[in-house]
Amino acid sequence: MDVLLQQVINGLVLGSMYALVALGYTMVYGIINLINFAHGEVLMIGALCSWSIIGFLQPLMPDTPGWVLLIISMVLASIAAAALNYAIEKIAYRPLRNAPKLAPLITAIGMSILLQTLAMIVWKPNYKPFPSLLPTTPFEIGEAVITPTQLMILGLTAVALAVLSWLVNRTKLGRAMRATAENPQVASLMGVKPDVVISATFVIGAVLATIAGVMWAMNYGTAHHVMGFLPGLKAFTAAVFGGIGNLGGAVVGGLLLGLIESIGSGYLGEITGGVLGSHYTDILAFIVLIVTLTLRPSGLLGERVADRA
Amino acid sequence: MISTMTHKFFSNRWALALLLLTLPLMLQNVGHAWVRIADMSLLYVLLALGLNIVVGYAGLLDLGYVAFFAVGAYLYALLASPHLTDVFPWISVMFPDGLHLSLWLVLPMAAGLAGLFGVLLGAPTLKLRGDYLAIVTLGFGEIIRVFLNNLDQPVNITNGPKGLGQIDAVTVVGYPLSKQLDLGFIQLPSVTLYYYLFLTLVVVSVVVCHRLEYSRIGRAWMAIREDEIAAKAMGLNTRNLKLMAFGMGATFGGLSGAMFAAFQGFVSPESFSLMESVMIVAMVVLGGLGHLPGVILGAVLLAALPEALRYVAGPLQSMTDGRLNAAILRQLLIALAMITIMLWRPRGLWPTPEHGKSLNPQGGAR
Amino acid sequence: MSTAELVLNVSGISKRFGGLQALTDISMRIERGQVYGLIGPNGAGKTTFFNVITGLYTPDSGSFELAGQPYEPTEVHLVAQAGIARTFQNIRLFAEMTALENVMVGRHVRTGSGLLGAIFRTKKFMAEEAAIAQRAHELLDYVGISAFADYKARTLSYGDQRRLEIARALATDPQLIALDEPAAGMNATEKTQLRALIDKIRNDHRTVLLIEHDVKLVMGLCDRVTVLDDGKVIAEGTPADVQRNPHVINAYLGTGGH
Repeated sequence: MDVLLQQVINGLVLGSMYALVALGYTMVYGIINLINFAHGEVLMIGALCSWSIIGFLQPLMPDTPGWVLLIISMVLASIAAAALNYAIEKIAYRPLRNAPKLAPLITAIGMSILLQTLAMIVWKPNYKPFPSLLPTTPFEIGEAVITPTQLMILGLTAVALAVLSWLVNRTKLGRAMRATAENPQVASLMGVKPDVVISATFVIGAVLATIAGVMWAMNYGTAHHVMGFLPGLKAFTAAVFGGIGNLGGAVVGGLLLGLIESIGSGYLGEITGGVLGSHYTDILAFIVLIVTLTLRPSGLLGERVADRA
Repeated sequence: MISTMTHKFFSNRWALALLLLTLPLMLQNVGHAWVRIADMSLLYVLLALGLNIVVGYAGLLDLGYVAFFAVGAYLYALLASPHLTDVFPWISVMFPDGLHLSLWLVLPMAAGLAGLFGVLLGAPTLKLRGDYLAIVTLGFGEIIRVFLNNLDQPVNITNGPKGLGQIDAVTVVGYPLSKQLDLGFIQLPSVTLYYYLFLTLVVVSVVVCHRLEYSRIGRAWMAIREDEIAAKAMGLNTRNLKLMAFGMGATFGGLSGAMFAAFQGFVSPESFSLMESVMIVAMVVLGGLGHLPGVILGAVLLAALPEALRYVAGPLQSMTDGRLNAAILRQLLIALAMITIMLWRPRGLWPTPEHGKSLNPQGGAR
Repeated sequence: MSTAELVLNVSGISKRFGGLQALTDISMRIERGQVYGLIGPNGAGKTTFFNVITGLYTPDSGSFELAGQPYEPTEVHLVAQAGIARTFQNIRLFAEMTALENVMVGRHVRTGSGLLGAIFRTKKFMAEEAAIAQRAHELLDYVGISAFADYKARTLSYGDQRRLEIARALATDPQLIALDEPAAGMNATEKTQLRALIDKIRNDHRTVLLIEHDVKLVMGLCDRVTVLDDGKVIAEGTPADVQRNPHVINAYLGTGGH
């Protein structure tokens, strides 16, 4: 039971990060029906930028508490990632809005590879140790422990979700986004500029992914150019699981997937009698995807995709 | 005038054939490495042709095609190397001379097993729409790789990340292609012998694909690609047709994989990564979806060009402090190619010709 | 009571979607060689009924008989096999394929060569391909667009695309050809041509089910008409009868259908 509690905690932490990235996928898909394959790479770029910024600032500001450096680097990295994502959308995706359906998919895949390769060139392929900027002594909850980093992940995610919720439900931009997601033609007739909304979606997605990326690097202690691929894929799975296009679905899907992976990897060996060890954990997410698409393709909370008459 | 036109056409065809047949002979004098590049290019052409059936004809975006390449490769590797006899004593008792396979057995077995996998992996995807299909097939490709990497326990079938080595070369009428062939007036090294074998396979494959394209099944596939709902309304059993496309396309992958294993003499899960699947998709889409000449062009460009770049990579590597090596350059170029060609020519470099004129600029529904 | 052969015998079809009773006890008798019209105001259930016939929805109750045999399409692709071909309100052609190829696909359900025939170019395959091509050319000629045989379907004009769709449907050798609002978006000239084509199809002893909004077209063309309103049949008979029916006038014609 106590191991279970630990796994639940780990699962929620993992799931929070998945949720942040899943939101990016789901928002983009909800509006322009594109799986942005490169989104996982935004996570990676955010993390690596943050690493560079911290590496640059630390010697300059040796007495600053770790969490301040963390926040500064996150903000700066978010700006960089947002600018990058905005540029990507404008240069590579926007011209293909009306192209044959395979073209934007190919471009997105190409973009993903490009970002990974550029990261490898700029930052070199070695795995970089991410400085632990928060105290490492864990807190005890019953028989389980939770580290300050994990607490920060949960906290930051909650804050980010609250801000996003306010943005989507209480601001003009948010209304525009929801309208465009539902019916782009009608929205544009009402004076909403689809380009602005779409750019905003990419920017917001980048910020969320950067937060997730930095926290991921802090949690696992390293940052490197392929760190975004698998989490990106899994976050997409989470988005589908929860209901693509549905913001609440992305969060629910992310958290649940994190739990499934965490608890699952613990018991995978037991369930399969030792045949499948924990290196098969990555397949769990994929199984979730297949089962979802087969049994309930619209996801747990139902999908919300733009109505393109 | 007509006779000069037909004359030109035929001389073109013959010129091309002559070029293809003498290419290795010319290249081998420059260096065997160049013939190797040609050999690998031919194997990639086979892969692209197979994927073209799935993506180009039937419109099913398969991002895990490398799985079939792996199936063919590992099948041959297991049945033509000492691995199984080493690991399982009962097998070495049954085959005291070791496990070896003749070419005439390899080809149908690899094609058949891969085809079966094609149907198996395609079956769960039948109801999925475009992008979801892509992700699921991507996942399947990765799953196959994970299994290949981990099936060394509890029973060592695939030898995990260490891979399988000492794979037999292909033998044609008793002659192993790993041995140079001395014809007196000319020597044909192993790489050249393999070239002719692969070229034969490619030619046969092109004929098969062409025949499929211009047939009832080919038209049915294209109808599904264009509008699945209308296709069903016309009585097409789209489920069976899609499975046929997956299966048929996969057979080419299996064939290529088996040949790859024989050629390299060694296989490991590393050769069957997602990047490979992506590259094959890029070959088909960038070359010209559904158009055989375009697909072949795409395969040759993406396979040969990065290899040729190795020779340029040297100086670049020292210029950039080791950050740009041949592998990275290759990846960079493929990625840039994917992005720029889609922006500039979304239908590919050499798409199906528009053999109909546009009557009405405003005519028609789409 | 006519002793003419019944192509489609519809009995008591009902369909409910959640809280909405879309169709209630629909019955219809379509005789061979008739052009049978189905009209009704928007939301009357025409499309739902159409989708039930073509296998997209399963009825809650009721039954069909197609040419005397029980007809229960469980999957969409079995509909054409059984003998009902349809066109689409929004025109669904195979855009990148030529007009000829589009019609050739229509022959798929009546032919049988598979992968082996294609790859080995067997005699049976070659003969079948020749027959398919010939029939396709005949049909293109029949609907009047043989000049565009090698043109990609998406390059044809709107009216020609409609004809192509009809040719493709005819290629399946149907017992019944169901046209879903074929006159939508057409101007007067095109409608006249369409009417001539449907007449021609009837004269060749084929049976047509016509769902249309254009009341004038329906009344001038159809042998018999069923009028739906709110999921129920409110009138059935010859166009002349139906036009005089007060329920119909109330529900539909009275609002300026002429």
